[in-house]
Amino acid sequence: MSADADTRSVTEVRPGATQAGPAAGPRKDAFAARLRRDWPLLVMAMPMLVLVTAFWWVPALGNVIAFQDYNPFSGGILGSPIIGFTNFAQLFGDAQFIRAVVNTLGITAFQLVFYFPLPIALALLLNSVVSGRLRAFIQGVVYLPHFFSWVLVVAIFQQMFGGAGLLAQILRDHGHAGIDWMTNSDTFILLVTAQTVWKDAGWGTIVFLAALSTIDQNLYEAAAVDGARRWRRMWHITLPGLRPVIVLLLILRLGDALNVGFEQFMLQRGAVGSKVSEVFDTFVYWSGLRTGDFGYGAAAGLFKGLVGLVLILAANRVAHALGERGVYSRS
Amino acid sequence: MNTTKVSGLAPWEEPGSAAGRIGKGGVLVLVVLAVLLPLYTIVLTSLSSADTVNRVGGLVLVPDGITLDAYRQIFSDSVVSRAVLVSTGVTVVGTAVSLGVSVLGAYALSRPGTLFHRPILFCVLLMFVFFPGLIPTYLMVASLGLKDSYWSLILPSAVSAFNVVVLRAFFMNIPRELLDSARIDGAGEFRILWRIVLPLAKAVTAVIGLFYAVGYWNAWFNAMLYVDDTRRWPLALVLRSYVVDSNPLPTATVGVSGFGHVAPPTLAIKMAIVAVAVLPALVVYPFVQRHFTKGVIIGAIKG
Repeated sequence: MSADADTRSVTEVRPGATQAGPAAGPRKDAFAARLRRDWPLLVMAMPMLVLVTAFWWVPALGNVIAFQDYNPFSGGILGSPIIGFTNFAQLFGDAQFIRAVVNTLGITAFQLVFYFPLPIALALLLNSVVSGRLRAFIQGVVYLPHFFSWVLVVAIFQQMFGGAGLLAQILRDHGHAGIDWMTNSDTFILLVTAQTVWKDAGWGTIVFLAALSTIDQNLYEAAAVDGARRWRRMWHITLPGLRPVIVLLLILRLGDALNVGFEQFMLQRGAVGSKVSEVFDTFVYWSGLRTGDFGYGAAAGLFKGLVGLVLILAANRVAHALGERGVYSRS
Repeated sequence: MNTTKVSGLAPWEEPGSAAGRIGKGGVLVLVVLAVLLPLYTIVLTSLSSADTVNRVGGLVLVPDGITLDAYRQIFSDSVVSRAVLVSTGVTVVGTAVSLGVSVLGAYALSRPGTLFHRPILFCVLLMFVFFPGLIPTYLMVASLGLKDSYWSLILPSAVSAFNVVVLRAFFMNIPRELLDSARIDGAGEFRILWRIVLPLAKAVTAVIGLFYAVGYWNAWFNAMLYVDDTRRWPLALVLRSYVVDSNPLPTATVGVSGFGHVAPPTLAIKMAIVAVAVLPALVVYPFVQRHFTKGVIIGAIKG
């Protein structure tokens, strides 16, 4: 056990005399010594590794069915014939798949413009609330919907904006025609964005509020002494202070561009139809799982996974290039 | 460093114009109402009698006689009460499993330089950048024989790489001297984790536990995918079926002859189901709320 204390110094600082260091003897002995020292940690990591293997590695490798004419009943993954890129070729000729790609990217772009700035604005607004208790109360309220499930959010929106909802009811009471935004495919993109705003805009302020609290207050004072008014201070101190976080989150969102709320779209696909609500994930579900065409669905899923991988790594690169600590740079 | 302005404005700050302040206040009031009003009317409707709901013609905004009829009805109905039990069980067991596995894993990964540290960390970080896909995961769960088992709601989503990394970041911040002195006193790794590390990381562990619990309580898609047997439905599926889709509640004849001969659930009953689904979040929320910032920031920014 005495070697434990040296663990870090051996690998990081390399001091001269430690009996357990890699330099102390042949590699094998060092390995045995490290195993003797670190086995409790390996035991601790074991449950996690088992789960990650079962539900990440095996499915990840199971993607070979994307290259097969997969049939779960005759042959399975080992016996199904390999058909190369046939599934992918079919995919790119599938109008519904193209629609899913277009819808996904369209919704991402739309929300980048109409959702992304809202948490920043809300954070600035909250930050300007002088009373600490009032601010804590408002924060408590706006974080709350983040903890509701999508089923719940959809149910709540249905009760507010559906055909039998509160808004329609109020409109009818005043002699207007009712509305039903839940089944209107023309306004669907507004509806899902409104739902995302309601659920997560408040929660999204956390990061920005934390960044705001690290801005040096002396800067404001100095600027005020120099005669800068409210808006100039906001423009020249607050926003530059937020810029690193904004850039980082923007890049990460772009890296995550293929993901739009999965459950949100699954839940509402039936009500508005697949034309506007088909996105990557729903396509995989309906064209792969529902129809039993597993190989085809897996091809769509793999395509999405790989493009997503490239996007995330590229986003991380950009973050590094801009001098930010990307999210995946943890040692 | 406390930079919040606790009492009033900073000496150099001029108060904003009256119009500006009213505008800001108005926006904040609207924001708060946008969250609270739906919850208010849903809870109120669930507590209203069928007569009141009929007279208003929908959701109730003004209280007019409070009754627990809807709750009595949904809890005498075996579908909803079973679903509450299933969701509670899955949430409790799932959170325990997830938290246990994640804390152990995060501690194992908290000391760079130990054996296999890099490959194990690589495994976890890979989960951030690549999702293996819906269909292979489904086939894996099915081939393990987990379909229609409660474990299908727990195991596939038991480890969240994000949560492991957040916990790990906290564990790595604990002063080494503390752990080393315990080790010199003869404490093993498990004892150090239990007696020193966890007590020091109580807050973050609580927040991560909440994140997991919320995830299990809210999960809908996995249940839809893996659980066909209506008697094993968690609350999220019931919510979808009876509240969103307005399917009739198969009262009293669960699973036997089932659907068809009963009226769709009344609005009060629907709203009672919604209220039951919201409740746990509301109850646990105040206790962990003040720790949110820590947990989220460490994960999102510092890493």
